[in-house]
Amino acid sequence: MEKIFQKLSLSSASLVFVLLIGIFITLYTAAKPAIDEFGFDFVTNPDWNKEVSLNPTSLTDTVVDMEEDSLDGEIIDEDDMEIADEDDDAILDEDEDDMMLDDEDDAVTKTIYGGLVPIIGTLLTTLIALAFALPIAMGIAVFLAEIAPKNIANVVGIAIELLAAIPSIIFGMWGLYYFAPIISDLFGGYQVSLLTAGLVLGVMVLPFMAAITRDSMNTTPNVLKESAYALGATKFEVIKDIIFPFSKVGIIGSIILALGRALGETMAVAFLIGSIFVLPQKITDPTISIPVAMANNFGEASGLGESALFYLALILFIISFAIISIAKFYFLKKAN
Amino acid sequence: MPVLNIKKFSFTYPGVDHPSLKNINLPIKKNKITALIGPSGCGKSTLLRSMNRIHDLYPGNKYEGKIEFTDENKQISDILDIKKENEFIELRQKIGMIFQKPTPFPMSIFDNVAYGLKIAGVKNKTELADRVEVALKGSALWKEVHDRLNKSAMGLSGGQQQRLCIARAVAVKPEVLLFDEPTSALDPISTGAIEELIVELKKDVSIAIVTHNMQQASRISDYTAFMYLGDLVEYDKTENIFLNPKEKKTEDYITGRFG
Ligand SMILES: Nc1ncnc2c1ncn2[C@@H]1O[C@H](COP(=O)(O)OP(=O)(O)OP(=O)(O)O)[C@@H](O)[C@H]1O
Ligand SMILES: [Mg+2]
Repeated sequence: MEKIFQKLSLSSASLVFVLLIGIFITLYTAAKPAIDEFGFDFVTNPDWNKEVSLNPTSLTDTVVDMEEDSLDGEIIDEDDMEIADEDDDAILDEDEDDMMLDDEDDAVTKTIYGGLVPIIGTLLTTLIALAFALPIAMGIAVFLAEIAPKNIANVVGIAIELLAAIPSIIFGMWGLYYFAPIISDLFGGYQVSLLTAGLVLGVMVLPFMAAITRDSMNTTPNVLKESAYALGATKFEVIKDIIFPFSKVGIIGSIILALGRALGETMAVAFLIGSIFVLPQKITDPTISIPVAMANNFGEASGLGESALFYLALILFIISFAIISIAKFYFLKKAN
Repeated sequence: MPVLNIKKFSFTYPGVDHPSLKNINLPIKKNKITALIGPSGCGKSTLLRSMNRIHDLYPGNKYEGKIEFTDENKQISDILDIKKENEFIELRQKIGMIFQKPTPFPMSIFDNVAYGLKIAGVKNKTELADRVEVALKGSALWKEVHDRLNKSAMGLSGGQQQRLCIARAVAVKPEVLLFDEPTSALDPISTGAIEELIVELKKDVSIAIVTHNMQQASRISDYTAFMYLGDLVEYDKTENIFLNPKEKKTEDYITGRFG
């Protein structure tokens, strides 16, 4: 019996790793063509789906590229397919259009994809969301756990749990029709923007953070608080010196959950961020995030464009993974 | 003159229709150890927790009667009159409390002992260090921890943690210390160390201690109060309570016939 139970729990635990690695491998294979094509420049390149014509001087470059590709073996097949597709289009064009355009089609063009804009968009919306939500969530949690009388704490607690249960599309619509005009009145700029998306995202993660933080604050043993009060501590001192350090692990957990949610949130952000591949100059400019870029473009994407979306997905995966591991190992180590 | 003089004191918890303490009259004498004994649920903790008004962290308790506190300047005040937060803080700095389970704060050993001083406004680094050292020496803990003051207090043994809590309470120089079964979670050796420490402390402070351990009460206390079902049955010098109690109930309890 014991053995079976041990094996069962071991296999469930290893399932997590299998899933994690499986997802990584899938993303990586699908992103491989784009990775080979754009390399790390993908991360710093702000142009998405840009047609660049290669003038005769750079023609030699392409030749060199082709040679390099052929060294890579399997990838060359897919590249060839691409070229074949484009050739088909060109032939169709030729049928319909006159000689002038024909000349242009002879010039070698290629489409390039860069992920900088959605990467920046994702990181900034998440940052804004957390900067907005963290202090408010802490305030709510302290109020619920320590200050409010029991019955008020219960009512507000239920309200917060309801807020957490609202589907994100409703946040998106509410944000667009109600919140966005207010933001642009207050801060100027566009209604759909980094700021609007970030703040609504903040509102969305706030109930999670508040509820989890409250729960972990409630686990502070009464005698611990009492011994601080018995030394002459004020309520504020007890909260700051006893309750916060005691519930640190829970608070970090809530931040990690919120981060995960904010990084991956698609629907609400799709309504609010503007969905354009333009690098924002100000916080009130519209832009795009990784999940929104994927949701908006997956339907039509094929070939290198699809692969580039997978490349973005891989980057999102790595960003989430890195942030969460750093948060976990760094802060939890500090907490202990 | 007792430091604390409890007069006609009754206490009712919120939502309970009968008082948990009824008409208690009890002095806590200066520089003496007063033990509170009695069967479980008789109200020992309730009485002790009234003396620093720690009950008031939770709303809705009802007090009747008086608890007169004579401070070091011979000023007498009724601690049941206290209403403002700063008065509570002042009271609790003068009347410290040690609980059944050790309650080290989630910080270093040094910061634990310095905590009461810091929140009382002591900022000077050397003064802090001196007073922490004095408190730790006074609690017979200095030898064991002087080389790891900056380590977390969570790493100490249960007995050491309890002595740390005593050091922390002693550091703010209280006039009274209230102990609620301070050794019931500890092994015999740690218990012995704490008992010695409490006896040592009565030079400087007046002590009230709740205990279930008859030997402990008879070993360390000068006066003993026997409580039963919210009443104070008998209060006298410890030797009288243990050698010739006046009340039948007291005798039954200390001879182990009930409880
Ligand atoms: N928070 C509370 N609310 C309502 N009643 C309480 C509360 N705390 C204690 N009581 C009741 O008050 C009475 C006295 O409790 P108290 O804790 O003072 O007993 P005690 O003598 O310290 O017992 P023990 O030796 O078990 O610690 C008991 O009947 C108990 O049920
Ligand atoms: Mg008790």
